[in-house]
Amino acid sequence: MTCTEFIALLDDLIDDTVTTDMRADLQEHLRGCEHCEVTLNTTRKTIQIYRSHEIYDLPSDLRERLHSAIMARCKKGC
Amino acid sequence: MSTIQPIAGQTEIHPDVALVERVRGGDVSAYDTLVRKYDRQVFRIAQHITQNREDAEDVVQDAFLKAYEKLDQFQGNSKFYTWLVRIAVNESLMRLRKRRTGKMVSIDEDIETEEGTVPRDLADWAPDPEQNYSQAELAEILRKTIQGLPRGFRIVFVLRDVEGLSTEETAETLGLSVPAVKSRLLRARLQLRERLTRYFRKKNGKGTGVEK
Repeated sequence: MTCTEFIALLDDLIDDTVTTDMRADLQEHLRGCEHCEVTLNTTRKTIQIYRSHEIYDLPSDLRERLHSAIMARCKKGC
Repeated sequence: MSTIQPIAGQTEIHPDVALVERVRGGDVSAYDTLVRKYDRQVFRIAQHITQNREDAEDVVQDAFLKAYEKLDQFQGNSKFYTWLVRIAVNESLMRLRKRRTGKMVSIDEDIETEEGTVPRDLADWAPDPEQNYSQAELAEILRKTIQGLPRGFRIVFVLRDVEGLSTEETAETLGLSVPAVKSRLLRARLQLRERLTRYFRKKNGKGTGVEK
């Protein structure tokens, strides 16, 4: 397996949608390729970091204001 | 109500569907629960698409009001959340269009780039690279980095990886094919990874990690 072939299957590996055979091939490639191992690990970390950090927080005062405006309109039948 | 089609053998009703049913039956307070459940997600998605705080606030209002008006069109066989996200994405794109005085805005903009299909920066990251930054600095890095992605990649990454929609749901929400979502997701992930490497690389390596 080449690095290009590995990268093409990177998402399947990350999302765990590979077959057992394919996984074995990917792992075989990883054993001998530090670059792909780094790419895999840092891509996983990229996803995890975006998932675990709130970058657009909705402050509670704004939240309440939006909420009141929405519900007031809904009660009037929009 | 009669529009809900229970799947044979499946008697469990999703709590959201039960809430929608109550709203349809005239219980507006049930909608209150739905708004509180999903307002943060809608705000986040709107921010990612419009990249503008005021627009995102407007989108939250418009999306929930539109969803309320169109509640009769909601089919119980799809998730309320993905249905709502589709409305939020459309409202966000409409906001952008308004700001650009009517110019067409689509999720396909700026995706004709080959960047990110081949990883170039192969430096490994420091262990727990977030620890080198304060929460505020980190949030700024993450915002700046994702804002630099073409919109068509950004939306796919946000829906799929941040908001947790499946590939199929993301495709349906954005009106894209499943292969198109997969291709965009891979490129989005690789581009973000590449850009974050500037900040998170091991400091003893070559290159110019941005210092605190």
